[in-house]
Amino acid sequence: MANNKMYDKGKIVAGLVIFAVMITFPFWFNLGKAAPAPELKLTEKAKAAKECVLEKAEMKAGHMQLLDIWREKVVREGSREYVNTKGKTYQMSLSKTCLDCHSNKAEFCDRCHDYASVNPYCWDCHIDNPKEKK
Amino acid sequence: MNSKYMFSLVAVIILFLLAYIGIETAGLYTLFGIWIPYAAVFIFAVGVVYRVVDWAQSPVPFRIPTTCGQQKSLPWIRHASIDNPAENNNVVLRMFLEVVFFRSLFRNMRFDFNKGNKFSYEWEKWLWVGAIAFHWTLFVVVVRHLRFFTEPVPLCIQWLETLDSFLRVEFMTDFLQIGLPGVFMSGLVLLAALIYLLLRRMFIPQVNYISFSADFFPLFLIMGIALSGLFMRYLAKVDIVAIKAFTMGLVTFHPVIPEGVGSVFYVHLFFVSILLAYFPFSKLMHAGGVFLSPTRNMANNSRAERHVNPWNYPVKVHTYEEYEDEFREKMIEAGLPVEKELTNGG
Repeated sequence: MANNKMYDKGKIVAGLVIFAVMITFPFWFNLGKAAPAPELKLTEKAKAAKECVLEKAEMKAGHMQLLDIWREKVVREGSREYVNTKGKTYQMSLSKTCLDCHSNKAEFCDRCHDYASVNPYCWDCHIDNPKEKK
Repeated sequence: MNSKYMFSLVAVIILFLLAYIGIETAGLYTLFGIWIPYAAVFIFAVGVVYRVVDWAQSPVPFRIPTTCGQQKSLPWIRHASIDNPAENNNVVLRMFLEVVFFRSLFRNMRFDFNKGNKFSYEWEKWLWVGAIAFHWTLFVVVVRHLRFFTEPVPLCIQWLETLDSFLRVEFMTDFLQIGLPGVFMSGLVLLAALIYLLLRRMFIPQVNYISFSADFFPLFLIMGIALSGLFMRYLAKVDIVAIKAFTMGLVTFHPVIPEGVGSVFYVHLFFVSILLAYFPFSKLMHAGGVFLSPTRNMANNSRAERHVNPWNYPVKVHTYEEYEDEFREKMIEAGLPVEKELTNGG
Protein backbone atom coordinates (compact mmCIF):
# COMPACT_ATOMS: atom_id res chain seq x y z
CA MET A 1 0.00 0.00 0.00
CA ALA A 2 2.31 2.61 -1.31
CA ASN A 3 0.54 5.91 -1.64
CA ASN A 4 -2.85 5.11 -0.07
CA LYS A 5 -4.80 6.68 -2.90
CA MET A 6 -7.44 4.41 -4.31
CA TYR A 7 -8.46 4.81 -7.93
CA ASP A 8 -12.05 4.08 -9.00
CA LYS A 9 -12.92 3.97 -5.35
CA GLY A 10 -16.67 3.69 -5.88
CA LYS A 11 -16.39 0.64 -8.11
CA ILE A 12 -13.79 -1.06 -5.91
CA VAL A 13 -15.83 -0.56 -2.75
CA ALA A 14 -19.00 -1.75 -4.50
CA GLY A 15 -17.19 -4.89 -5.65
CA LEU A 16 -15.80 -5.56 -2.20
CA VAL A 17 -19.22 -5.09 -0.62
CA ILE A 18 -20.69 -7.66 -3.03
CA PHE A 19 -17.81 -10.00 -2.16
CA ALA A 20 -18.38 -9.52 1.58
CA VAL A 21 -22.13 -10.11 1.29
CA MET A 22 -21.53 -13.27 -0.75
CA ILE A 23 -18.97 -14.92 1.49
CA THR A 24 -20.84 -14.10 4.68
CA PHE A 25 -24.11 -15.48 3.24
CA PRO A 26 -24.22 -18.53 5.59
CA PHE A 27 -23.64 -16.29 8.59
CA TRP A 28 -26.37 -13.72 7.94
CA PHE A 29 -28.81 -16.22 6.44
CA ASN A 30 -28.85 -18.17 9.71
CA LEU A 31 -28.53 -15.19 11.99
CA GLY A 32 -30.17 -15.81 15.34
CA LYS A 33 -31.28 -19.28 14.36
CA ALA A 34 -30.14 -22.47 15.98
CA ALA A 35 -30.35 -25.52 13.79
CA PRO A 36 -29.36 -28.62 15.69
CA ALA A 37 -29.86 -32.08 14.24
CA PRO A 38 -33.56 -32.98 14.17
CA GLU A 39 -35.04 -35.19 16.88
CA LEU A 40 -36.50 -38.38 15.53
CA LYS A 41 -39.66 -39.92 16.86
CA LEU A 42 -39.78 -43.66 17.21
CA THR A 43 -43.10 -45.44 17.00
CA GLU A 44 -44.13 -47.75 19.85
CA LYS A 45 -43.40 -50.70 17.64
CA ALA A 46 -39.90 -49.49 16.88
CA LYS A 47 -39.25 -48.83 20.57
CA ALA A 48 -40.45 -52.32 21.45
CA ALA A 49 -38.20 -53.92 18.81
CA LYS A 50 -35.18 -52.12 20.38
CA GLU A 51 -32.85 -52.91 17.51
CA CYS A 52 -32.89 -52.27 13.81
CA VAL A 53 -31.57 -54.48 11.01
CA LEU A 54 -28.06 -53.15 11.63
CA GLU A 55 -26.44 -51.14 14.41
CA LYS A 56 -27.92 -47.68 14.91
CA ALA A 57 -24.80 -45.81 13.76
CA GLU A 58 -24.55 -47.99 10.68
CA MET A 59 -28.21 -47.49 9.84
CA LYS A 60 -27.95 -43.76 10.36
CA ALA A 61 -25.14 -43.30 7.86
CA GLY A 62 -25.61 -46.22 5.53
CA HIS A 63 -29.30 -47.15 5.34
CA MET A 64 -29.47 -46.03 1.71
CA GLN A 65 -26.71 -48.44 0.78
CA LEU A 66 -28.54 -51.30 2.49
CA LEU A 67 -31.77 -50.42 0.69
CA ASP A 68 -29.98 -50.26 -2.64
CA ILE A 69 -28.46 -53.68 -2.06
CA TRP A 70 -31.84 -55.04 -0.97
CA ARG A 71 -33.45 -53.76 -4.12
CA GLU A 72 -30.73 -55.35 -6.24
CA LYS A 73 -31.17 -58.69 -4.45
CA VAL A 74 -34.94 -58.68 -4.68
CA VAL A 75 -35.42 -57.29 -8.17
CA ARG A 76 -32.44 -58.84 -9.98
CA GLU A 77 -31.78 -61.99 -7.99
CA GLY A 78 -35.21 -62.78 -6.59
CA SER A 79 -33.92 -63.47 -3.09
CA ARG A 80 -36.02 -61.89 -0.39
CA GLU A 81 -34.42 -62.97 2.88
CA TYR A 82 -31.75 -60.98 4.66
CA VAL A 83 -29.78 -62.36 7.57
CA ASN A 84 -28.05 -59.73 9.66
CA THR A 85 -24.82 -60.07 11.63
CA LYS A 86 -26.72 -61.32 14.66
CA GLY A 87 -28.27 -64.12 12.62
CA LYS A 88 -31.75 -62.66 12.59
CA THR A 89 -33.73 -62.99 9.37
CA TYR A 90 -35.64 -60.11 7.79
CA GLN A 91 -37.68 -59.79 4.66
CA MET A 92 -35.94 -57.42 2.28
CA SER A 93 -38.69 -54.88 1.80
CA LEU A 94 -38.90 -51.15 2.39
CA SER A 95 -42.68 -51.21 2.81
CA LYS A 96 -43.03 -54.42 4.74
CA THR A 97 -39.95 -54.30 6.95
CA CYS A 98 -38.63 -50.74 7.34
CA LEU A 99 -41.93 -48.91 7.20
CA ASP A 100 -43.58 -51.53 9.33
CA CYS A 101 -41.77 -50.27 12.41
CA HIS A 102 -41.03 -46.77 11.15
CA SER A 103 -44.55 -46.08 9.98
CA ASN A 104 -44.23 -42.41 10.86
CA LYS A 105 -42.46 -41.21 7.71
CA ALA A 106 -43.03 -37.51 8.43
CA GLU A 107 -41.49 -37.72 11.89
CA PHE A 108 -38.80 -40.25 11.09
CA CYS A 109 -37.57 -40.38 7.49
CA ASP A 110 -38.47 -36.86 6.41
CA ARG A 111 -36.92 -35.00 9.34
CA CYS A 112 -33.35 -35.93 8.49
CA HIS A 113 -33.94 -35.96 4.75
CA ASP A 114 -35.30 -32.42 4.88
CA TYR A 115 -32.52 -31.31 7.20
CA ALA A 116 -29.83 -32.63 4.86
CA SER A 117 -31.77 -31.57 1.75
CA VAL A 118 -32.01 -35.13 0.47
CA ASN A 119 -34.84 -36.02 -1.83
CA PRO A 120 -34.70 -39.79 -2.28
CA TYR A 121 -36.59 -41.31 -5.18
CA CYS A 122 -37.74 -44.18 -2.93
CA TRP A 123 -40.90 -42.21 -2.31
CA ASP A 124 -41.67 -41.94 -6.01
CA CYS A 125 -43.25 -45.39 -5.60
CA HIS A 126 -43.40 -46.11 -1.89
CA ILE A 127 -45.08 -42.89 -0.87
CA ASP A 128 -48.52 -44.48 -0.96
CA ASN A 129 -47.65 -46.89 1.77
CA PRO A 130 -51.02 -47.58 3.40
CA LYS A 131 -49.40 -48.16 6.77
CA GLU A 132 -48.26 -44.58 7.08
CA LYS A 133 -49.84 -42.80 9.97
CA LYS A 134 -49.70 -39.04 10.09
CA MET B 1 10.08 -36.99 -12.09
CA ASN B 2 9.81 -33.30 -11.82
CA SER B 3 10.71 -31.47 -8.66
CA LYS B 4 8.09 -28.77 -9.27
CA TYR B 5 5.09 -31.04 -9.06
CA MET B 6 6.67 -33.45 -6.62
CA PHE B 7 7.14 -30.54 -4.22
CA SER B 8 3.44 -29.67 -4.41
CA LEU B 9 2.34 -33.29 -4.20
CA VAL B 10 4.49 -33.88 -1.13
CA ALA B 11 3.12 -30.68 0.42
CA VAL B 12 -0.46 -31.90 -0.03
CA ILE B 13 0.45 -35.34 1.33
CA ILE B 14 2.02 -33.71 4.40
CA LEU B 15 -1.14 -31.64 4.91
CA PHE B 16 -3.19 -34.82 4.65
CA LEU B 17 -1.03 -36.57 7.24
CA LEU B 18 -1.17 -33.53 9.52
CA ALA B 19 -4.95 -33.63 9.64
CA TYR B 20 -5.21 -37.41 9.66
CA ILE B 21 -2.67 -37.99 12.43
CA GLY B 22 -3.87 -34.90 14.30
CA ILE B 23 -7.32 -36.44 14.53
CA GLU B 24 -6.52 -40.15 14.70
CA THR B 25 -3.76 -40.14 17.28
CA ALA B 26 -3.76 -36.70 18.90
CA GLY B 27 -7.52 -36.16 18.87
CA LEU B 28 -7.24 -32.45 18.07
CA TYR B 29 -10.92 -32.13 17.17
CA THR B 30 -11.34 -28.55 18.37
CA LEU B 31 -8.24 -27.39 16.51
CA PHE B 32 -9.09 -28.99 13.15
CA GLY B 33 -12.85 -28.66 13.49
CA ILE B 34 -13.25 -25.17 14.87
CA TRP B 35 -10.14 -23.00 15.17
CA ILE B 36 -8.54 -23.71 11.81
CA PRO B 37 -11.77 -23.29 9.77
CA TYR B 38 -12.60 -19.98 11.49
CA ALA B 39 -9.04 -18.72 11.07
CA ALA B 40 -9.05 -19.76 7.40
CA VAL B 41 -12.29 -17.93 6.62
CA PHE B 42 -10.93 -14.85 8.38
CA ILE B 43 -7.63 -14.93 6.46
CA PHE B 44 -9.54 -15.46 3.22
CA ALA B 45 -11.88 -12.49 3.74
CA VAL B 46 -9.28 -10.05 5.02
CA GLY B 47 -6.63 -11.23 2.57
CA VAL B 48 -8.82 -10.81 -0.50
CA VAL B 49 -9.92 -7.32 0.58
CA TYR B 50 -6.29 -6.38 1.27
CA ARG B 51 -5.11 -7.57 -2.13
CA VAL B 52 -7.90 -5.79 -4.01
CA VAL B 53 -7.38 -2.53 -2.10
CA ASP B 54 -3.67 -2.84 -2.79
CA TRP B 55 -4.30 -3.27 -6.52
CA ALA B 56 -6.73 -0.37 -6.52
CA GLN B 57 -3.89 1.91 -5.48
CA SER B 58 -2.04 1.32 -8.73
CA PRO B 59 -3.07 3.98 -11.21
CA VAL B 60 -3.82 2.97 -14.77
CA PRO B 61 -2.97 6.17 -16.60
CA PHE B 62 -3.66 5.07 -20.15
CA ARG B 63 -6.40 3.24 -21.97
CA ILE B 64 -4.86 -0.13 -22.71
CA PRO B 65 -7.73 -2.46 -23.60
CA THR B 66 -6.91 -5.38 -25.83
CA THR B 67 -8.88 -4.87 -28.97
CA CYS B 68 -10.02 -7.77 -31.07
CA GLY B 69 -12.25 -6.02 -33.59
CA GLN B 70 -13.07 -2.83 -35.42
CA GLN B 71 -12.86 0.28 -33.31
CA LYS B 72 -15.83 2.63 -33.22
CA SER B 73 -15.29 4.88 -36.19
CA LEU B 74 -17.34 6.39 -38.97
CA PRO B 75 -21.03 5.50 -38.88
CA TRP B 76 -20.84 3.33 -42.02
CA ILE B 77 -18.01 1.17 -40.66
CA ARG B 78 -19.37 -1.67 -38.59
CA HIS B 79 -18.20 -1.39 -35.00
CA ALA B 80 -17.25 -4.56 -33.05
CA SER B 81 -18.93 -3.34 -29.89
CA ILE B 82 -17.99 -6.29 -27.65
CA ASP B 83 -14.47 -6.88 -28.92
CA ASN B 84 -13.60 -3.22 -29.07
CA PRO B 85 -15.97 -1.56 -26.61
CA ALA B 86 -16.40 2.18 -26.81
CA GLU B 87 -18.90 2.56 -23.99
CA ASN B 88 -19.18 1.27 -20.47
CA ASN B 89 -22.19 -0.97 -21.04
CA ASN B 90 -20.26 -2.77 -23.76
CA VAL B 91 -17.36 -3.14 -21.37
CA VAL B 92 -19.71 -4.71 -18.84
CA LEU B 93 -21.00 -7.15 -21.44
CA ARG B 94 -17.47 -8.01 -22.52
CA MET B 95 -16.42 -8.51 -18.91
CA PHE B 96 -19.43 -10.71 -18.20
CA LEU B 97 -18.67 -12.98 -21.16
CA GLU B 98 -15.03 -13.10 -20.11
CA VAL B 99 -15.74 -14.01 -16.48
CA VAL B 100 -18.57 -16.45 -17.13
CA PHE B 101 -17.58 -18.06 -20.43
CA PHE B 102 -13.82 -17.36 -20.73
CA ARG B 103 -14.34 -15.74 -24.11
CA SER B 104 -10.71 -14.81 -24.65
CA LEU B 105 -9.55 -18.34 -23.85
CA PHE B 106 -12.00 -19.61 -26.44
CA ARG B 107 -9.81 -17.91 -29.03
CA ASN B 108 -6.87 -20.02 -27.93
CA MET B 109 -5.00 -21.48 -30.88
CA ARG B 110 -2.01 -23.65 -31.45
CA PHE B 111 0.80 -22.68 -33.79
CA ASP B 112 2.12 -25.52 -35.82
CA PHE B 113 3.89 -26.45 -38.99
CA ASN B 114 1.11 -27.85 -41.02
CA LYS B 115 1.91 -29.96 -44.09
CA GLY B 116 5.68 -29.66 -44.01
CA ASN B 117 6.97 -26.17 -43.47
CA LYS B 118 3.77 -24.19 -43.70
CA PHE B 119 3.20 -22.26 -40.49
CA SER B 120 -0.42 -22.31 -39.39
CA TYR B 121 -2.82 -21.67 -36.55
CA GLU B 122 -4.65 -24.76 -35.43
CA TRP B 123 -7.93 -25.35 -33.65
CA GLU B 124 -7.32 -25.85 -29.93
CA LYS B 125 -10.31 -25.82 -27.61
CA TRP B 126 -9.23 -28.43 -25.04
CA LEU B 127 -7.82 -25.92 -22.60
CA TRP B 128 -11.04 -23.92 -22.78
CA VAL B 129 -13.12 -27.06 -22.29
CA GLY B 130 -11.01 -28.16 -19.32
CA ALA B 131 -11.02 -24.70 -17.77
CA ILE B 132 -14.74 -24.14 -18.14
CA ALA B 133 -15.54 -27.65 -16.87
CA PHE B 134 -13.32 -27.12 -13.86
CA HIS B 135 -14.54 -23.64 -12.91
CA TRP B 136 -18.22 -24.30 -13.45
CA THR B 137 -18.24 -27.60 -11.57
CA LEU B 138 -16.25 -26.06 -8.74
CA PHE B 139 -18.86 -23.30 -8.58
CA VAL B 140 -21.70 -25.84 -8.57
CA VAL B 141 -19.98 -27.92 -5.89
CA VAL B 142 -19.46 -24.86 -3.68
CA VAL B 143 -23.07 -23.73 -4.11
CA ARG B 144 -24.33 -27.26 -3.47
CA HIS B 145 -22.42 -27.30 -0.19
CA LEU B 146 -24.61 -24.45 1.03
CA ARG B 147 -27.10 -27.16 1.99
CA PHE B 148 -24.82 -27.73 4.98
CA PHE B 149 -24.78 -24.04 5.84
CA THR B 150 -28.43 -23.06 5.54
CA GLU B 151 -31.53 -24.14 7.41
CA PRO B 152 -34.05 -24.34 5.84
CA VAL B 153 -32.21 -25.09 2.61
CA PRO B 154 -33.25 -22.48 -0.01
CA LEU B 155 -35.25 -23.82 -2.90
CA CYS B 156 -32.70 -22.76 -5.52
CA ILE B 157 -30.06 -24.96 -3.89
CA GLN B 158 -32.46 -27.90 -3.95
CA TRP B 159 -33.11 -27.24 -7.64
CA LEU B 160 -29.40 -27.20 -8.31
CA GLU B 161 -29.08 -30.57 -6.56
CA THR B 162 -31.91 -32.01 -8.63
CA LEU B 163 -30.27 -30.74 -11.81
CA ASP B 164 -26.87 -32.03 -10.74
CA SER B 165 -28.19 -35.52 -9.99
CA PHE B 166 -30.17 -35.61 -13.23
CA LEU B 167 -28.10 -38.49 -14.64
CA ARG B 168 -28.90 -41.41 -12.41
CA VAL B 169 -25.61 -43.28 -12.32
CA GLU B 170 -26.04 -46.66 -10.64
CA PHE B 171 -23.47 -49.36 -10.31
CA MET B 172 -23.45 -52.48 -8.18
CA THR B 173 -20.95 -55.25 -7.61
CA ASP B 174 -20.23 -57.37 -4.56
CA PHE B 175 -17.72 -54.88 -3.22
CA LEU B 176 -18.96 -51.57 -4.62
CA GLN B 177 -22.36 -49.96 -4.51
CA ILE B 178 -22.94 -46.63 -6.25
CA GLY B 179 -26.34 -45.04 -6.81
CA LEU B 180 -27.66 -44.24 -3.36
CA PRO B 181 -26.91 -41.56 -2.31
CA GLY B 182 -27.53 -40.21 -5.79
CA VAL B 183 -24.51 -39.39 -7.92
CA PHE B 184 -23.82 -35.70 -8.51
CA MET B 185 -22.24 -35.10 -11.90
CA SER B 186 -20.38 -31.98 -10.79
CA GLY B 187 -18.07 -33.80 -8.39
CA LEU B 188 -16.98 -36.33 -10.98
CA VAL B 189 -16.56 -33.76 -13.76
CA LEU B 190 -14.55 -31.61 -11.35
CA LEU B 191 -12.13 -34.44 -10.67
CA ALA B 192 -11.87 -35.32 -14.36
CA ALA B 193 -11.18 -31.70 -15.31
CA LEU B 194 -8.54 -31.43 -12.59
CA ILE B 195 -6.81 -34.55 -13.86
CA TYR B 196 -6.85 -33.17 -17.41
CA LEU B 197 -5.45 -29.81 -16.29
CA LEU B 198 -2.76 -31.58 -14.27
CA LEU B 199 -1.72 -33.96 -17.05
CA ARG B 200 -1.59 -31.00 -19.44
CA ARG B 201 0.89 -29.25 -17.18
CA MET B 202 2.91 -32.44 -16.78
CA PHE B 203 3.10 -33.73 -20.31
CA ILE B 204 2.93 -30.82 -22.75
CA PRO B 205 6.59 -29.72 -22.75
CA GLN B 206 5.96 -26.01 -23.33
CA VAL B 207 3.33 -25.89 -20.60
CA ASN B 208 5.46 -27.94 -18.25
CA TYR B 209 8.31 -25.47 -18.76
CA ILE B 210 6.19 -22.53 -17.53
CA SER B 211 4.56 -24.46 -14.65
CA PHE B 212 5.78 -24.01 -11.12
CA SER B 213 4.93 -25.46 -7.73
CA ALA B 214 2.45 -22.62 -7.29
CA ASP B 215 0.57 -23.97 -10.33
CA PHE B 216 0.58 -27.58 -9.20
CA PHE B 217 -0.21 -27.02 -5.54
CA PRO B 218 -3.81 -25.77 -5.99
CA LEU B 219 -4.47 -28.59 -8.48
CA PHE B 220 -3.31 -31.25 -6.02
CA LEU B 221 -5.06 -29.53 -3.14
CA ILE B 222 -8.42 -29.27 -4.91
CA MET B 223 -7.95 -32.86 -6.05
CA GLY B 224 -7.50 -33.83 -2.42
CA ILE B 225 -10.69 -31.98 -1.56
CA ALA B 226 -12.60 -33.67 -4.38
CA LEU B 227 -11.26 -37.13 -3.58
CA SER B 228 -11.99 -36.88 0.13
CA GLY B 229 -15.47 -35.54 -0.64
CA LEU B 230 -16.27 -38.26 -3.16
CA PHE B 231 -14.89 -40.87 -0.77
CA MET B 232 -17.16 -39.68 2.05
CA ARG B 233 -20.25 -39.50 -0.11
CA TYR B 234 -19.99 -42.64 -2.22
CA LEU B 235 -17.76 -45.05 -0.32
CA ALA B 236 -17.50 -44.36 3.39
CA LYS B 237 -21.03 -42.93 3.74
CA VAL B 238 -20.52 -40.52 6.59
CA ASP B 239 -23.28 -39.45 8.94
CA ILE B 240 -24.51 -36.45 7.00
CA VAL B 241 -26.93 -35.22 9.67
CA ALA B 242 -24.17 -35.09 12.28
CA ILE B 243 -22.01 -33.13 9.84
CA LYS B 244 -24.77 -30.66 9.09
CA ALA B 245 -25.37 -30.17 12.82
CA PHE B 246 -21.64 -29.38 13.08
CA THR B 247 -21.49 -26.97 10.11
CA MET B 248 -24.65 -25.21 11.29
CA GLY B 249 -22.94 -24.84 14.65
CA LEU B 250 -20.01 -23.17 12.92
CA VAL B 251 -22.12 -20.61 11.03
CA THR B 252 -24.29 -19.80 14.04
CA PHE B 253 -21.17 -19.41 16.24
CA HIS B 254 -22.11 -22.27 18.55
CA PRO B 255 -19.70 -24.89 17.23
CA VAL B 256 -20.06 -28.39 18.61
CA ILE B 257 -17.81 -31.25 17.58
CA PRO B 258 -19.91 -34.06 16.05
CA GLU B 259 -19.68 -37.59 17.30
CA GLY B 260 -18.83 -40.54 15.16
CA VAL B 261 -17.55 -38.59 12.15
CA GLY B 262 -14.39 -40.12 10.74
CA SER B 263 -10.98 -38.52 10.18
CA VAL B 264 -11.60 -38.19 6.43
CA PHE B 265 -14.12 -35.47 7.17
CA TYR B 266 -11.48 -33.52 9.07
CA VAL B 267 -9.02 -34.05 6.23
CA HIS B 268 -11.64 -32.63 3.83
CA LEU B 269 -12.28 -29.69 6.14
CA PHE B 270 -8.57 -29.08 6.64
CA PHE B 271 -7.90 -29.10 2.89
CA VAL B 272 -10.71 -26.58 2.35
CA SER B 273 -9.34 -24.41 5.17
CA ILE B 274 -5.87 -24.51 3.61
CA LEU B 275 -7.34 -23.58 0.22
CA LEU B 276 -9.18 -20.60 1.72
CA ALA B 277 -6.17 -19.40 3.69
CA TYR B 278 -3.85 -19.89 0.70
CA PHE B 279 -6.20 -18.13 -1.72
CA PRO B 280 -5.29 -14.46 -1.11
CA PHE B 281 -1.55 -15.13 -1.39
CA SER B 282 -1.68 -17.16 -4.56
CA LYS B 283 -2.47 -17.15 -8.24
CA LEU B 284 -6.02 -18.07 -7.26
CA MET B 285 -6.53 -14.35 -6.74
CA HIS B 286 -7.18 -14.20 -10.49
CA ALA B 287 -10.79 -14.58 -9.34
CA GLY B 288 -10.65 -11.00 -8.10
CA GLY B 289 -7.96 -9.85 -10.48
CA VAL B 290 -9.95 -10.57 -13.60
CA PHE B 291 -12.25 -7.69 -12.71
CA LEU B 292 -9.27 -5.38 -12.39
CA SER B 293 -7.57 -6.29 -15.67
CA PRO B 294 -6.98 -2.96 -17.44
CA THR B 295 -6.82 -4.74 -20.77
CA ARG B 296 -10.37 -5.99 -20.24
CA ASN B 297 -12.19 -3.48 -18.08
CA MET B 298 -11.57 -0.31 -20.06
CA ALA B 299 -13.47 1.21 -22.92
CA ASN B 300 -11.37 1.96 -25.96
CA ASN B 301 -12.43 5.60 -26.21
CA SER B 302 -9.14 7.47 -26.07
CA ARG B 303 -9.89 9.13 -29.43
CA ALA B 304 -13.26 10.35 -28.21
CA GLU B 305 -12.37 11.42 -24.70
CA ARG B 306 -9.36 13.09 -23.12
CA HIS B 307 -7.84 11.03 -20.31
CA VAL B 308 -5.41 12.86 -18.10
CA ASN B 309 -2.56 10.96 -16.54
CA PRO B 310 -3.28 11.09 -12.80
CA TRP B 311 0.33 11.78 -11.86
CA ASN B 312 0.86 14.62 -14.31
CA TYR B 313 2.48 17.49 -12.47
CA PRO B 314 1.60 21.08 -13.52
CA VAL B 315 3.83 21.93 -16.49
CA LYS B 316 5.03 25.52 -16.85
CA VAL B 317 3.91 26.63 -20.29
CA HIS B 318 4.59 29.72 -22.34
CA THR B 319 1.89 29.98 -24.99
CA TYR B 320 2.33 31.62 -28.39
CA GLU B 321 0.06 34.49 -27.39
CA GLU B 322 2.26 35.24 -24.39
CA TYR B 323 5.37 34.94 -26.58
CA GLU B 324 3.99 37.37 -29.09
CA ASP B 325 2.98 39.80 -26.35
CA GLU B 326 6.54 39.69 -25.09
CA PHE B 327 8.33 40.14 -28.42
CA ARG B 328 5.72 41.92 -30.60
CA GLU B 329 7.73 45.10 -31.15
CA LYS B 330 10.92 43.26 -32.00
CA MET B 331 9.01 40.96 -34.34
CA ILE B 332 7.50 43.86 -36.21
CA GLU B 333 10.90 45.55 -36.42
CA ALA B 334 12.37 42.41 -37.91
CA GLY B 335 9.49 42.16 -40.37
CA LEU B 336 8.02 38.98 -38.90
CA PRO B 337 4.24 38.44 -39.25
CA VAL B 338 2.27 38.91 -36.03
CA GLU B 339 -1.28 37.93 -35.19
CA LYS B 340 -2.08 41.10 -33.32
CA GLU B 341 -0.80 44.42 -34.63
CA LEU B 342 0.48 47.07 -32.25
CA THR B 343 -2.35 49.24 -31.05
CA ASN B 344 -2.13 52.97 -30.14
CA GLY B 345 1.42 53.21 -31.53
CA GLY B 346 2.92 52.08 -28.26
